[in-house]
Amino acid sequence: MPSLNYAAPTSVQEAVALLAGAAGLAKPMAGGTDLLVQLRSGRLKPELIVDTKQIPGMIGIREEAGGFVIGGATSGAMLEAHAALKAAWPGVVEAMDLIGSEQIQGRASLAGNLCNASPAADSVPAMIAAAAVAVIVGPKGERTVPVESIVVSPGRTSLARDEFILAIRLPPRPAHSGDAYLRFIPRTEMDIAVVGCGVNVTLDAAGVCTAARVSVGAVAPTPLLVAEAGAALVGHTLDEATLAKLDAAARAACKPISDKRGTIEYRIKVAGVLARRAAAIAFERAAGRVAKGH
Amino acid sequence: MNYIIPQSELKVVGTRPVRPDGVDKVTGRATFGADMTLAGMIWGKMLRSPHAHARIVAIDTSRALALPGVRAVVTAADFPDIASEEAFVGEGPMNFRDLSRNCLARDKVLYEGHAVAAVAAASQSVAEAALDLIDVTYEVLPHVIDVEAAMAAGAPILHEDMFTVGIEPKPTKPSNIAKRVAFAKGDAEAGFREADVIVEGRYTTQPVHQAYIEPHACLAQVAADGQAHIYSSTQGQFMVRAYCAKVLGWEIADIRSYPMEIGGGFGGKTLVYLEPVALALARKAGRPVKMVMTREEVFRASGPTSGAVIEVKIGARRDGSIVAAREVLKYQAGAFAGSPIGPGCMCGFAMYDLPNVDVVGYDVVSNRPKVAAYRAPGAPITSFAVESAMDDLARKLKIDPLALREMNGARDGSKTHYGVTHRDIGFLATLEAARSHPHYSAPLKPGQGRGVACGFWFNIGGESSGAVHVNEDGSISVVSGNPDIGGSRASMAMMAAEVLGVPIEHVRPIVGDTASIGFSHLTGGSRVTFATGMAVTQAAERVVDQLKQRAAQIWEIPAEAVEWKDGKAYPAGLNAGAFEPLSLAQIALKAGRTGGPISSEVTLNAQGAGPGFGCHICDVEVDSETGHVKILRYTAVQDVGKAIHPSYVEGQIQGGAAQGIGWALNEEYIYDKDGKMENAGFLDYRVPVASDLPLIEAVMVEVPNPRHPFGVRGVGEVPIVPPMAAVANAIRAATGLRMPDLPISPPKLRAALDAASGAKAA
Ligand SMILES: Cc1cc2nc3c(=O)[nH]c(=O)nc-3n(C[C@H](O)[C@H](O)[C@H](O)COP(=O)(O)OP(=O)(O)OC[C@H]3O[C@@H](n4cnc5c(N)ncnc54)[C@H](O)[C@@H]3O)c2cc1C
Repeated sequence: MPSLNYAAPTSVQEAVALLAGAAGLAKPMAGGTDLLVQLRSGRLKPELIVDTKQIPGMIGIREEAGGFVIGGATSGAMLEAHAALKAAWPGVVEAMDLIGSEQIQGRASLAGNLCNASPAADSVPAMIAAAAVAVIVGPKGERTVPVESIVVSPGRTSLARDEFILAIRLPPRPAHSGDAYLRFIPRTEMDIAVVGCGVNVTLDAAGVCTAARVSVGAVAPTPLLVAEAGAALVGHTLDEATLAKLDAAARAACKPISDKRGTIEYRIKVAGVLARRAAAIAFERAAGRVAKGH
Repeated sequence: MNYIIPQSELKVVGTRPVRPDGVDKVTGRATFGADMTLAGMIWGKMLRSPHAHARIVAIDTSRALALPGVRAVVTAADFPDIASEEAFVGEGPMNFRDLSRNCLARDKVLYEGHAVAAVAAASQSVAEAALDLIDVTYEVLPHVIDVEAAMAAGAPILHEDMFTVGIEPKPTKPSNIAKRVAFAKGDAEAGFREADVIVEGRYTTQPVHQAYIEPHACLAQVAADGQAHIYSSTQGQFMVRAYCAKVLGWEIADIRSYPMEIGGGFGGKTLVYLEPVALALARKAGRPVKMVMTREEVFRASGPTSGAVIEVKIGARRDGSIVAAREVLKYQAGAFAGSPIGPGCMCGFAMYDLPNVDVVGYDVVSNRPKVAAYRAPGAPITSFAVESAMDDLARKLKIDPLALREMNGARDGSKTHYGVTHRDIGFLATLEAARSHPHYSAPLKPGQGRGVACGFWFNIGGESSGAVHVNEDGSISVVSGNPDIGGSRASMAMMAAEVLGVPIEHVRPIVGDTASIGFSHLTGGSRVTFATGMAVTQAAERVVDQLKQRAAQIWEIPAEAVEWKDGKAYPAGLNAGAFEPLSLAQIALKAGRTGGPISSEVTLNAQGAGPGFGCHICDVEVDSETGHVKILRYTAVQDVGKAIHPSYVEGQIQGGAAQGIGWALNEEYIYDKDGKMENAGFLDYRVPVASDLPLIEAVMVEVPNPRHPFGVRGVGEVPIVPPMAAVANAIRAATGLRMPDLPISPPKLRAALDAASGAKAA
């Protein structure tokens, strides 16, 4: 019988050494809400699980230089309970909050959602739109990488086998900024995104967009940063013509597959719809008309 | 009408006491199928076919048997190859030969997930590892999934010995069409010639799983002398006993079958999958063997109900009176014959009083799991088509859809196209209650739509046993032979308490194993509160007779001079003598001295089940950009006979409506090109979650069934019949689109909306 080992190191060095030293497959674990499911189904047969939750810095949220540093294993429930984070980044928090149920929320993390590397991961388009970066630790120390560069293909990340994410950093927030994330699922909860879309904007005092990032999920092998969609917003208010351009740019970026969760045509259409709807919420928030998630 | 107690004097029946099984269920003490353990128990696992259709060339189990920890391996070779023999399982036929071959494939595998061999080993992981060591050589055959493709000439044939029954002359070539059935009344052709308006449609429905939360599970033990015990999650312990005996070639008396608490069945647990295999493994291993399906196995190898193609045509005069109706139904049976095509042919038009009807149905096999009963088997499918067409007809005639149904609705004396004449039915009363419900006239906003649809189910009676025992302290035990899947323990206790005149708290209902109570047909067909309730009521009446006799003995007066009221014996009138009343407890205390224990067991074959009717009103809002349908408001009106425990009846109605909404909007089996199911789990097989549904308002119309002592008619199946058409008709109202193909999932609806707006623009 193959055996499975479990370790809960208390320092980054120890964790890195364990990951580097394992003979077979070694997997870092945060909440385990993906990992344990894959283990049970037999899809994943690791030799070693390295639980990261005892490592200092892995759990918790702190404000730093106007931005936020979120420990890699911080649960969705902790994000949801953090008033300042929620006020600054309602889109990121609501994306994370969509994941699973109450029970899952007590465990699931941003780093786990990202490193599971599903094209449909909910928090990832929101993080990409937010220009979040991942703080990665490994044998050679620390490096920071934009979130959009982490997932390379379904189930695969750009991390080396002896690296893991220590924290996610969200940048400082200029005035008149707002973000939003929307996903489409056939039901109202407990489902996987057929399409997801994150939008993050900054407006000037007149309500004209000065910076924008748009990201779509579940419409390509990896979550995408759609530069053209962001560009469609910059210099404009949310008028009909701008919305149409945004819709078209979001659709143009899609390279989906038809599968049991949706057809190519459907996913592309809905990506445009969600981009418009998420942009409308982000603009409202940036203009200060809506305080938080709806 | 001759009810044993006038409605106005009922004290327990019709109230809402705390459910007797409630504490066990909310505290986790209830013992479900997978919860049983026995000393020395080992684990059984099933090897399943990776192919949709293949010949089994060879099975080599030697490597698996050599693995340390493996105690036994069985294949079909360990079972008798039994002859074709029909049995009746409550809601549909079951052929024992097919049942045996469904439990373990013989010669051929007929669907992906078909059981091929089973292992018993010291642990689950050893058993799983052993499965990988069983070498099965397959010769893969072409397969067919779709019902019409299976009927087409040149389709891969599943059973070389299947010749369509019901066509003349008898066919000479094998076919996937197991049988053709036909029903006719009047002259449909002539009827259509009289019609001013005709609606026609072709509808498709997908197979849907019963989606009980508890997977199939059992624990089997066989002693050295062949005496066996089987504990399982089932709708019928007597069914398990008989089917296992048949499949194994054992005697029924050698098997004692225990029904565990059941976590849902909905018809899907009216047959056996694991039980005979677990018994065979237990006998070979000499150890108790537990088997529990995974959710994936539940989807790949058990249930569902049929998917179907239905063509419907209805003709009416300008005034709304229907002159002719026709239906052609093609039902998937799965890998073995036996879809609910019979009820399908009967139920669609059963609600209406029609002069000319012509219905033809086909029972068709294909490479899918064998269908099992699912609430009102066959009826929801046919009613989706007929009730959608009725909505189109109302629209064409510009008549209110409920008015159209009232005009043509079945009433006492209406003769159906399958020959039965309706008596004491409550369809018109149900329609009336729906029409006058505030929901029906509530305002709607733009983008919203309202639909209505109706449903019918026969309900059944059948063989049941019930026992009422007076305990030494005057408390009461009520034993029945039916697993409690819909609150029947409460109903049994309440009916007994009513007859005995004692508070419900003193009555403890128990579901007995096959050695503790007389034979009872399984829990299904909405029969238990009706039929088993009748047995329990009669047993309670006999106990009252005994109690009166004992009081008479104590008082030394004739039994006729004793009256039973409010749980006490009274002298009947002044002539009987002046005695202080004797309570049930006082009489129980003296039972030993007045003739021994006081108890009665009644076994009967209940006749006269009353059919039920429902009418559902559904409001939806359609997101035209995503195709998402939101259910805004839902009201389900139903003729329930007499509600013994109204909360349970409401629960049945709400549950049926919820399942029907899932069937309408999202549930489907998705197959890849090799005939493998792609969504064998609750993530992608989408039953509604709580937040998808509004509170479903259940409205009970009580038109008593005069053939039951309290007026009971079955209530558990009717509520799943109307929802699909109610939802589709609401979508029709909101969007102008008739959606004839289930499920009406977002991609499908968005595509239809785009096609319609494209057509308009062009
Ligand atoms: C019932 C249920 C519902 C769900 N619903 C959703 C949903 O709606 N939307 C959605 O997007 N997801 C959903 N998920 C998936 C899952 O909950 C999320 O992806 C979650 O965010 C994963 O986080 P985790 O901390 O549990 O990750 P884990 O399971 O611990 O890890 C996931 C992966 O990331 C790796 N990993 C973990 N931590 C690190 C780290 N610090 N550095 C590098 N790699 C790491 C692991 O090795 C593993 O490969 C659901 C899961 C369940 C069981």
